[in-house]
Amino acid sequence: MAVEPVMPKSWRLESKPHKFCPGCGHGIALKALGLAIDELGIQDRTVFGCDIGCSLLAWDFFNMDTVQTHHGRTTPVIYGVKRANPELICIAYMGDGGGYAIGAQHLVNAAARNELITVVLVNNTQYAMTGGQMAPTTLPGQKTETTPYGRDVLTAGYPMRGPEMIAEITPDGAYVARGTVARSRQLGNMLVRALENQLSGRGFSFVEVLATCPTNWRTNAQQTWSFLENTVENYYPVGELKIPLSDPEEEM
Amino acid sequence: MEKVVTGEKRVFMTGNEVVCRAALAAGAEIMYGYPITPQNEIMHYWTRLAPRFGRRFLQTEDELSAGFATLGGVLAGRKAFTATAGPGNVLMQEPLAMAEMMRLPVVSIVVQRGGPSTATVIYSQQEVTLTTFGGNGEGLRFVYSTASHQELYDYTIKAFNLAWRYRFPVFVLADGYQGKMREPLTIYDPESRGIHMEETDAYLGRHGIPGLDRPPGHFRNTYNTEEELYAVMQGHIAAFEQAAEEVSEYETEPADGGLLITGHGIVARAVQQAAVQLRSAGFPVGYFRPITLRPLPVGALRDTAARHRQILVVESAYGQLGRLLRDAIYGCPAEVHALCKPGMGVTAEEIAVRAKQLCAARED
Repeated sequence: MAVEPVMPKSWRLESKPHKFCPGCGHGIALKALGLAIDELGIQDRTVFGCDIGCSLLAWDFFNMDTVQTHHGRTTPVIYGVKRANPELICIAYMGDGGGYAIGAQHLVNAAARNELITVVLVNNTQYAMTGGQMAPTTLPGQKTETTPYGRDVLTAGYPMRGPEMIAEITPDGAYVARGTVARSRQLGNMLVRALENQLSGRGFSFVEVLATCPTNWRTNAQQTWSFLENTVENYYPVGELKIPLSDPEEEM
Repeated sequence: MEKVVTGEKRVFMTGNEVVCRAALAAGAEIMYGYPITPQNEIMHYWTRLAPRFGRRFLQTEDELSAGFATLGGVLAGRKAFTATAGPGNVLMQEPLAMAEMMRLPVVSIVVQRGGPSTATVIYSQQEVTLTTFGGNGEGLRFVYSTASHQELYDYTIKAFNLAWRYRFPVFVLADGYQGKMREPLTIYDPESRGIHMEETDAYLGRHGIPGLDRPPGHFRNTYNTEEELYAVMQGHIAAFEQAAEEVSEYETEPADGGLLITGHGIVARAVQQAAVQLRSAGFPVGYFRPITLRPLPVGALRDTAARHRQILVVESAYGQLGRLLRDAIYGCPAEVHALCKPGMGVTAEEIAVRAKQLCAARED
């Protein structure tokens, strides 16, 4: 008999199996997020916003109130919800294009203002839903549909290190981390701390999740994992970049 | 909630302040805004007055975010609104397209400035096409074109009510003249006039555990198949057409067999004045003013147009109202003429000159 996978309580079973490609990192990221929500017991007052791109496939993913928005606009919708009803725990879930390109002004300003929301940004180094174009996160030399000979930084520019930027522009009280779907337990802990930061009212929280995209990377299982764990994590170091000076547990 | 105004009060104030007072009186709970002239004073008054009544404000990073955050406020079940103009109205169309798709009761005040592009901060009627049909959609929104400060007050209150009753985005389309000039008007508490204020309810964050006590609220604007989208749009269009009957408004004084002058917003005041003057001078001149530019009062407009031999469309734009009207009265035998002054005000005198020419040409 097959072993039933353990799913987070906050997941919506009716929409499983989910719609992401085989090997996609979104499933692991959303499992870590679901477990974090379970652990904190906030399913009944959490609002989940997802963007355009692959993240939109999460519009019916959770047994949580959810809104799917436009490309890059999940951040303003979600801080709009939070401002209107501060009792809610508000999560903006997006890709690297949504957060760092088309919606960069929203991410930057929400971070600088210390909006009491949690942004989870999945970085799979390219635009996946549209067929694998270069993203702000595409690595130097990486082949995509719009950099078919590899990203030449002299013409296509350099990749963006989002968490480093967010850590720099946020005031104390913000929580900023970069996790990876290759270490889901560590990622889960980061998401718990990010959400706790919102719960305690300390400030903005941001977790970038390094994620796999075998469909557009055109990699097999072994190559996929190797590209993530070696190449991607080498360029984008995993860890906590900013933690509030005092522990929210102590304050509470 | 504490009353913003009790009973009735005669005041003399700018249109931007009127909008702010009306939004407060309508029970608006939160405004999201971004500076652009000539609507800034709506925010200025709001930021001064709103805290006294426990209302909130957020200055966002641009009009995209002002619009999308307003959607967030509405999704949270609050009466939320924003205000903008010109290039800001262009950016506002992206969130408003989402509001149209998801039928979110967002209220936007547009104080038109000159266009295209940055143009002037002063005045125009050049945001008619944008406000009625902006965005990648079908123009499923209500647009009130106000002509006086009293109307700014009345229709701003009405905008909140109709948005929440019908769940379509609603625009109050004003202009820089209205925003910046002072006029006398009566402000009032809507309830004391027997205006029933619509209740709001939350899309997101209702009580109970989603999936256990209640189904989760899953709201999207993306669809997988043509058929899926088509079914949703059919529902939206049917609801819009049904609402159109009840929502569309106009003012008219026809002159059978004569010239019908049309205009909207503040230009309609000059149109009306010209028509009255000409009529008292013996010219067969009537007027028609659509108050709702979307949905247009098509039935009344067609009936009225059919009773006249000529129509003169007057506007501070290059034919934006004219296109809407020609489309609505298609097939009507009356000749249609235009007096277009893009980005410029229009006086009753110049309308009268043109109208007399048309009347004279008709007699020749």
